[in-house]
Amino acid sequence: MPHRTFFWFILPTALAMILFIGLPIVSSFFQSLHIENEQVLMEVENCDPFGCTTNVRVDVEATEKIEAENPLGRFNGFGTYTDRNHLAFDEIREAWDNKTSIGEFKDTVLNLPFYKALLFTLTFCFAVTPPVIVLGFIVALSVNTLAKKLKGFIVFGTILPMIVTPLIGSLVLFWMIDSQGIIGASIQILFDDPNLSLKASSNLTWITLIIYGIWHNTPFAFVVFYAALQTVPQDPLEAAFIDGASRFERVRFIVIPHLYPVATFIMLICLMDNFRVFEPIIGFSAEGVAQSLSWMIYQDLRNENKMLFGSAGATSMLTILGIAFLLTPVLIRTWKEFKTER
Amino acid sequence: MKKLIIALLISFASTSVFAGSHSPCGVTSGSINILANEFTTYRIFMDEVKSCAGPEADFNVTHSVDHNKLQVAALSANPAEFSAKLVTNGSITPLMNDGLIRPLDDLVAKYGSNLNDNQKITIDGKIYAVAFMANAQHLWYRESILNDLGIAVPSTYEEVIAAAEKIKAAGVMENPYAGAFKSGWNLGQEFVNMYLGHGGEFFKSGSAQPNVNNEKGVAALNMIKKLTELSNPDFLTQDTNAVKEEWESGNVALMHIWNSGAASLLDDEGDQNIKADTRLAPSPTVGGGSKPATTLWWDGIAIATNTSDENAEASFRALVGAASSTDLANNNPNATVWLIKGYTPGDTAGPVVDAASRGTTPYPSFPHMSLMHGALSTELVEFLQGNESAEKALADVEAAYIAKATEQGFL
Repeated sequence: MPHRTFFWFILPTALAMILFIGLPIVSSFFQSLHIENEQVLMEVENCDPFGCTTNVRVDVEATEKIEAENPLGRFNGFGTYTDRNHLAFDEIREAWDNKTSIGEFKDTVLNLPFYKALLFTLTFCFAVTPPVIVLGFIVALSVNTLAKKLKGFIVFGTILPMIVTPLIGSLVLFWMIDSQGIIGASIQILFDDPNLSLKASSNLTWITLIIYGIWHNTPFAFVVFYAALQTVPQDPLEAAFIDGASRFERVRFIVIPHLYPVATFIMLICLMDNFRVFEPIIGFSAEGVAQSLSWMIYQDLRNENKMLFGSAGATSMLTILGIAFLLTPVLIRTWKEFKTER
Repeated sequence: MKKLIIALLISFASTSVFAGSHSPCGVTSGSINILANEFTTYRIFMDEVKSCAGPEADFNVTHSVDHNKLQVAALSANPAEFSAKLVTNGSITPLMNDGLIRPLDDLVAKYGSNLNDNQKITIDGKIYAVAFMANAQHLWYRESILNDLGIAVPSTYEEVIAAAEKIKAAGVMENPYAGAFKSGWNLGQEFVNMYLGHGGEFFKSGSAQPNVNNEKGVAALNMIKKLTELSNPDFLTQDTNAVKEEWESGNVALMHIWNSGAASLLDDEGDQNIKADTRLAPSPTVGGGSKPATTLWWDGIAIATNTSDENAEASFRALVGAASSTDLANNNPNATVWLIKGYTPGDTAGPVVDAASRGTTPYPSFPHMSLMHGALSTELVEFLQGNESAEKALADVEAAYIAKATEQGFL
C-alpha cells in the first residue's frame, strides 16, 4: 500500500484514537501530578439525636475560594507516584537500610499496596496466559475433528464462559464454591475436611481466581485457534499422512508452526487482558487477599467517600507503563517476524 | 445521650398535630429521585415516602449498598443525579465537606412542624438533615442454645468468647459467632466499634494526625481476631446481609449486627423456630471498659445542593412526610428505633436505648474520618489472616491514612 493511501486509510482511526485514548491518557497524567487543595477546617457545634458536640468540619466557603483560584489542586510533581500507596521509594529505602535478611526486605516490600497488587497482577498474568493458550489449542483441535452436525452446538457451548459477563460469571462461581455450594461442599467431602474453605485462605483464593481466569479466557484462545485451523493447508497434511506421520507428528510439525503467529497474537491479547484483571476480584469478594492494579484504581475512585483522582491517575499511568513493559518482548518479536516475511 | 431516652419518652406522650403548617404529602410538581442504602427498614421507609409523595409525583428511588461510594460523585454533578440522599452520621460528613447538601431551615419551617426537635441535625446553627431513626450494632443470641448449655447472656466480649467456645466445644455449632467482617467498610466498622470500646481516639487531639497504633488498637485487633476464629472461615467475605443469612440458616448462636436487622430477622419469612428463638441483647463492653463497644448512628434525609429548588421541595416534602409519620413508626415498631413523634418503641428498641444511656460514642464525624475508615478497611486483613503482627497492621493503617490524607489536603 503506498504511504499516501495508507495515511488516508488510517486517518479516521488515528483521529479517533487520539481523541478517545490519547487525550484521556494525557489528562489522567496531568491529574496525577496534582493533589487536592488544602482543606480549611473550622470548629462548629453539631446537634443530633444523641446530643450536641463541638466538632470540626470543612469550611466549605473558604475551601471553595481556594478551589476557584486553583481548580486543578496543588502541583505535587511525581510526589503521588513515589508516596507510600504507589512506588513507595522512601519506604523501600528504609526497608533496605533496616533489613536483617533479604526475606524480611521482600516481605516489607510486598506488604506495600502497590507491590502487593503488582505481585498478584503479574502472578495472575503469567499463571493464566500459558494454560489458556495450551487449553484453547487443545479444545480447538478437538472441536475441529467433530462431525459437522455437532460442531455448531459444541462451539456455542465452548464459548459460553466468554459470553457470560465476568462479574456475573465470578458471582455464580463465588456461590458455588461457598462451603455450602455444590463445588465447595464437594471439595470438602473429597478432601475429608469439613473446615476447608476456598474463600478463607489467600493461597486458595488466588488459585480460585486463576482457575476462574483460565476458564474465562480459554474460549477466546479457542475461537482464534479454531478460525486459524481452518486455514491450515490440507496438502502438506495429506502428504504427511501418506508418509505415515502420526496425528501427533502432523500437529507438531505442520499445524503448530502454521499457527505460531496466531499464538503470539493470543498471548499478546491475553497478557493485556489479564494485566488489568479486575471483575473476578469483586465477584469473588477477594479484595482482602488479592488486589490488582485495576482494583487499586477502582479503590481510589469508588471505595473512598471522596475520589482520589491524583492517586487513581498515578496508578493508571503505572498500569500503562506495566502493560507496555510486558508487551515489549512480544511486540519486538512480532515486528521481527513481520520484517522477515516482507 | 440522655436526650434520646428523653425524646423517646416524650414521644409516648405527644400526639400528632399538623395545625398551622403546610401538609407535606401529595406532591404534584417537581421530581423526586432518592439515593439510599439497601436494607429492609429503608424499604419500609421508602414505601411510606412513596405513598406520601402521592400517585401524581415523579418518584424514583435507588437502593444500593454502595451508596457511600456513589454519593459524592452523584451529588457533585450539576444538576445532581439525585435530588435527595438518605444519610447517616457517617455518610453526611463527605457531603458536608464538599457542600453537596443544602440547609433545610426554610423547608423545615414550612413542612416540618410535626418533627421532634431532636430529629433536626444542626451543624453550625443550620439544619442539614432530618433524622428519622437511630441505629446501633449490638448482640443477638439464640436463647435455647445458651439455655441448654447454661450460659448467661454475655455482657462483655470476653464472655462472648467464652460462650462461643463453650458452644463450639459442646459440638452444637462449628462457628458459633458471626459479625460483618467483610474486608472493606464492614471490617473497618468492626475496628471502629472495638477501638472505641477500648476507649481509643482515632486522631491526636486537635489535628488530623492518626492515632491508632497504640495499646488500645492492638487490644482491639486481638479481640477481633479471637472473634473471627470463632466465626465462619469465610468471614472476610461476609457483610451484614450474609451474616443474616447465616443466622437464618441456624449456623450461628451469637452475632453482633445492626438493630435494624430486626426488620428481616424477625419477619414471618423463613424458619420460624429460629426466629422465635432469636433474642436481642445490649452491645457488650470490652477490656474492662464501661461503654459498649459499638457506635450510635442516626439515619436521616438530606437534600442535594445541586438540584432545582422545585425538586428539592418536592423531595423534602415526600421524605419529611414519612419522617414525621406516626403511623409508619407505630405500624412497624420493630423495624428500627424511630425518632418520629408519637412512636411507641417496640420490643427490639432496647439495645439501642441501652447503648445511648450508657454513653456510647456516636460514630465520629470528623471530615477525615472516612479516610481513616478506608485505611482500616484494607490494611487489617493480613493481620486477621495471621500474616502480620497487630502493630504492623496498625502502622500500615496509619501510613496508608497519611498518604491519602496528604493527597486530600488534610495534612
